[in-house]
Amino acid sequence: MAYLEIKNFNKSFGNTEVLKGIDLQVEKGQVVSIIGSSGSGKTTLLRCINFLETPNSGEMILDGVSLINDLSKNDSDALLREKRLNFGLVFQSFNLFPQYSVLGNITLAPTLLLNDKINKRKQKEEYLKEKTNIENDAKALLEKIGLTDKANSYPCELSGGQCQRVAIARALALKPKILCFDEPTSALDPELTGEVLKVIRALKDEGTTMIIVTHEMGFAKNVSDKVVFMADGVIEEEGDAKSVFDNPKSEKLIHFLSSVNNKDGE
Amino acid sequence: MSFIEVTQSLLGGFAVTCLLFILTLILSLPLGLLISFCTMSKFKPLKFVFKIFVWIIRGVPLMLQIFIIYFLVRTADGANFWAKLDTFFYFEYGVQFGKNGAGLGAFIAVLIAFAINYACYFSEIFRGGIESISKGQHEAGMVLGLTKKQIFSKIILLQVIKRIVPPMSNEIITLVKDTALSNSIGIVEIILQAKLFTQQAIWPLFYSGVFYLIFVGILTLLFGYLEKKLSYFKA
Repeated sequence: MAYLEIKNFNKSFGNTEVLKGIDLQVEKGQVVSIIGSSGSGKTTLLRCINFLETPNSGEMILDGVSLINDLSKNDSDALLREKRLNFGLVFQSFNLFPQYSVLGNITLAPTLLLNDKINKRKQKEEYLKEKTNIENDAKALLEKIGLTDKANSYPCELSGGQCQRVAIARALALKPKILCFDEPTSALDPELTGEVLKVIRALKDEGTTMIIVTHEMGFAKNVSDKVVFMADGVIEEEGDAKSVFDNPKSEKLIHFLSSVNNKDGE
Repeated sequence: MSFIEVTQSLLGGFAVTCLLFILTLILSLPLGLLISFCTMSKFKPLKFVFKIFVWIIRGVPLMLQIFIIYFLVRTADGANFWAKLDTFFYFEYGVQFGKNGAGLGAFIAVLIAFAINYACYFSEIFRGGIESISKGQHEAGMVLGLTKKQIFSKIILLQVIKRIVPPMSNEIITLVKDTALSNSIGIVEIILQAKLFTQQAIWPLFYSGVFYLIFVGILTLLFGYLEKKLSYFKA
């Protein structure tokens, strides 16, 4: 069985069926790109994986543990939060917390989770040790994304590309098993996408398992182990990058790729 | 009637104004937050009831609300509880809460009317502030495994505060001046106090205005300071 196994995801909003029986497998260390035109359901799929939406039916198994199934709709809030932590999500619009510094954005969630776990007053030594670990981890992440000098800056002082790199570090700080991206470069000026894509590529080289919803076809082709093409709520075609981009079989994919290429050519 | 005499009695009236102002704030801020949560509730009947409530309170003159609550308090007070308290305070401490029969009961009635009225206005400001924070901030907190309470207190709240400082300062400055409405049921706040001098001279009326100007001036500086304090981030 694959590392992440999604079986028969269905999701409707009112009368609109957005996902119609999605099956998806992701292997450990794999980078999977999801492409497709707007409204094809790719973002909804990602939101279901991250527990921001609940699929109407379907199952999701991660590393042999069933996270979404017929019974999981009754999960307590605490269990839901625990399940969410298996995944990290980087948003299109970054969603950094404006009132926290770059370092604060990265350490906020780990610190709050630590507060829940360890009593600040009773286990003072242990708490301080863990707290130092969190800060050191955050600094290491900042170095990785090349923003050590911005540790004390606020999001409003950063460029879009820098914001997105911080958002990636913030997601990584919780050590998710799978990191998801929802169009990570769509809100960026073209000249800023490169720095974000570079970080994602570096994560791939480290063996991070990633699911990326993207409109950057060149990047998807380059970085993905597997490309999934979605149209009208179903997976129309999937395979390795080469076969999907160079040898598309389904008509919708051929049409999609040619329209994307035409846009790039303009 | 010397300047010092007038100053002393105006200060006495101003103390009542300030007391009403501060107690109203202390009561209406948390009450307003509570009402805003009710008007944003996903439970439709609760939302509906409080929307109607806010509509009534904001739609009816504050002075009418003061009268209604005052007469409700008086009618309900069969045992003359407030009058007894007034007598007690007067003979034990020499404190008098009002003239022409208005006493502690009247003050409590005014306080209730103000607290409810301002809570409703504040609740709309809070609701606007809370709803203006993008869904993405909630979702970012959710995917980081935070609880609803943590998301509100650690992420949303300060952004809301930053956004509502200007409308809140407006409303709070209005409250300073609205306290004068309490003299309609005999509470001797600063304007009624000044009015008592008008048979001899009208300058105490101008003088009472100076108290308001200074008070509002200080509040303006305070809110300006708060705004500046929160300007380190953009939200």
